[in-house]
Amino acid sequence: MLDVNGVQKIYRGKDREVEAVRDLTFRLEEGELACLVGPSGCGKTTLLKCIAGLLKPTSGSVEVAGKAVTGPPRDMSVVFQEYGRSLFSWLTVQGNVELPLKEKKLSKERRRTLVTEALEAVGLADSARSYPWQLSGGMQQRVAIARAIAYEPRVLLMDEPFAAVDAQTRADLEDLIRGLWQRFSMTVLFITHDIDEAVYLGQRVLVLSSSPTVVQDDVAVDLPAERDQLTTRSDQRFTELRARVYSEIQNAKNGQAASAPAAT
Amino acid sequence: MTLVIRTVRITRRGAVRLTQLFLLPVLLILLWWWYSSASASYYMTTPGEIAATFVEVWFSERFFVDVLPSVGLLLTGYALAAVLGTTLGVVLGLSSRMRATAEPVLEFFRAIPPPVLVPLLMLLVGVNTPMKVALIVSGCIWPILLNTIEGVRSVDPVLADTCRCYGVRGRRWLTTLVLRSASPQIMAGLRQALAIAIILMVISEMFATTSGLGFSIVQFQRSFAIPEMWSGIVLLGLIGVTLSTLFVQVERRVLRWYDGVRAAARDE
Amino acid sequence: MTTPTTDTARPTTGSQRPAEGRVRGPGAAFPFGSNALLGIAGSACFLLLWEIAPRTGAVSATYLPPASEVLTTLGERLLVAGFWVAVGDTLAGWGLGLAIAFTAAVTLGFVVGSVPALRTFTASTVEFLRPIPSVALIPLAILLYGTDIRSTLLLVVYASFWQIYIQVLYGVADVDPVADQTARSYGLGRLARIRYVVWPSALPYVLTGVRLGAAVALILAVTAQLTIGSPGLGQEIAVAQSGGATALVYALIVATGAIGVLVNVGVRALERRVLHWHTSVRGEIAA
Repeated sequence: MLDVNGVQKIYRGKDREVEAVRDLTFRLEEGELACLVGPSGCGKTTLLKCIAGLLKPTSGSVEVAGKAVTGPPRDMSVVFQEYGRSLFSWLTVQGNVELPLKEKKLSKERRRTLVTEALEAVGLADSARSYPWQLSGGMQQRVAIARAIAYEPRVLLMDEPFAAVDAQTRADLEDLIRGLWQRFSMTVLFITHDIDEAVYLGQRVLVLSSSPTVVQDDVAVDLPAERDQLTTRSDQRFTELRARVYSEIQNAKNGQAASAPAAT
Repeated sequence: MTLVIRTVRITRRGAVRLTQLFLLPVLLILLWWWYSSASASYYMTTPGEIAATFVEVWFSERFFVDVLPSVGLLLTGYALAAVLGTTLGVVLGLSSRMRATAEPVLEFFRAIPPPVLVPLLMLLVGVNTPMKVALIVSGCIWPILLNTIEGVRSVDPVLADTCRCYGVRGRRWLTTLVLRSASPQIMAGLRQALAIAIILMVISEMFATTSGLGFSIVQFQRSFAIPEMWSGIVLLGLIGVTLSTLFVQVERRVLRWYDGVRAAARDE
Repeated sequence: MTTPTTDTARPTTGSQRPAEGRVRGPGAAFPFGSNALLGIAGSACFLLLWEIAPRTGAVSATYLPPASEVLTTLGERLLVAGFWVAVGDTLAGWGLGLAIAFTAAVTLGFVVGSVPALRTFTASTVEFLRPIPSVALIPLAILLYGTDIRSTLLLVVYASFWQIYIQVLYGVADVDPVADQTARSYGLGRLARIRYVVWPSALPYVLTGVRLGAAVALILAVTAQLTIGSPGLGQEIAVAQSGGATALVYALIVATGAIGVLVNVGVRALERRVLHWHTSVRGEIAA
């Protein structure tokens, strides 16, 4: 569903070049939920922008559903970290969710159905007529998620979406994402710097090295599909996986290669 | 019983509010009255006399001959400047190369005090209606243009990326993203331009015409028709206050979201 | 904390809306050097166009003398003492007016701003007086002072006073209540609080007021000279115009424009200098 092939990105400054991403290759099957973790400053956002078609990679290619990405693909939606800045303050919650659908030239009834369904799915059915700035941070991010879902994407990209909300809200939102993923059967790529979050959410965790970035490790998360904050996080296996991802990231920071490539 | 208490309370609150609104203005007018009747100065006129003259002078055909055309001119020039300024501003704001090229020249034009264009345009266009409109446009356009550029330039990059991701482009992109993001700055520009428009309207008429509000006031002053002159000053003041109040109403409506965002940020 | 920057200052009738600028996105796509080059190229193109248009007859040279002629005229003027006297008069009217307005507005603004009762009782009067266009006072100025510099001062002070006064009111109202309470709990007296809490918080607003006021003051100084005929560049322009000396009119306009640019640059530099602590605070919030 999502193919990333040898993506490299070099930023050319005035008199120096910065290689942010060196050589990234990975593949997400249809309906997979994968998390991407890496040490801070490892080019996660650059990678996301390349996948979303917002940046052109220096070399390599990205394919979504078999089609090469040259601009933002139609069947992909993105949730950014900065919820406050990715919502239109001058549109209501409903208007924000509906805007991309208008551009898709959907009928009015269809738009209304999608908006209502999406808002109901994120638990904001009552706030449709509010403005984003009347909501709390967590609720604003829910609006952004509703907008992404209403777009009916086959691939959902999330760029550290919960980095700026408090811990309590964050747990709720994590469960929300798991629920939505199961309900709408999308392929989800979730970028985060939080190891616990990655292991808790994903079916798979891709560990990135520090910049210039390569895939350091690919960890399959063999936890049961039904997860909840209390039992899953206290699960022995959860702790093991977390320890493994943690040590990989430490290795990545110290610049060592993967100890045991992609086999668990 | 409670009803009575509540009525009393509301009345009392209303009275306090009225006092707050009118105490100082009434005091000032009384002071003026006392001063103007006590002083021997030829130039001072009592408020009563001004009010009477005001009615006499302006509630006549003068209103249609002198006042309405002037205000019409002002609004025409202002509207033209607003349309031109925002359009050009959006174009320049979106292209960093064009902006960098044009900015020094624009900054220079903005720095020219608009009134000096009066003698220039009198030379170029002559003394007529197009000259006055041209004057108002050429004076008002700079704050609108430069503020629009600034506003368009500072469109949030995350929001711009969001639009790209969801395929929002063309007209909808222009109206929902660019113009709305820039609206606080555009309104700030329009506000500065309004003040300049009034100045230019008045002095273009004071300078070189035989009709209009500015002309009439200068005529009164030259012929030492002091109460009439005062009434003209009051009328100009009223026009300024009215236009500014209207502007605030529009602005409040357009920028309701912006005030909301700001209030939310302050409460955090 | 909100920060007034560029021209987003929006003093609004009746509502508590302090001036504010928005946090800017990442800087321009071009490095500084190429921007400056483009700017120079743009200005050069403009001058070239101005030179060519009248020379080829696209625009009549009587209406628009070529750039070179205007700049030569300006150059000649620069050698004439009378020109500098006019510049001096203009700057004197501007500077003196602005200084008077500043002193009055800051003093009154702090007093009224920090006493809530005064604020509520003066609000309606301020909202009425502020939008009165200062040009309305021209006839009065002529009657009272003739072509004396006091005519200019009356207009300049009236126009720039409100700009600064309103900003000061906003600034005093924007003081962080926590900072104020902290100061109180440490037993700072009223004067000390004004000095250490209110003044620094209000300073960005005061400077925004000064910037807006300075621009308006220049406009009114020139207006007064044009219409009333008090000495200065405005009067020179009026004289040149009635004599039909087109090139000179243009040259003098360029001169006033240059003064305008200097005033803008000067006030901005002052703002940056005084508020450098403030911008650094803002940088942190923006991150």
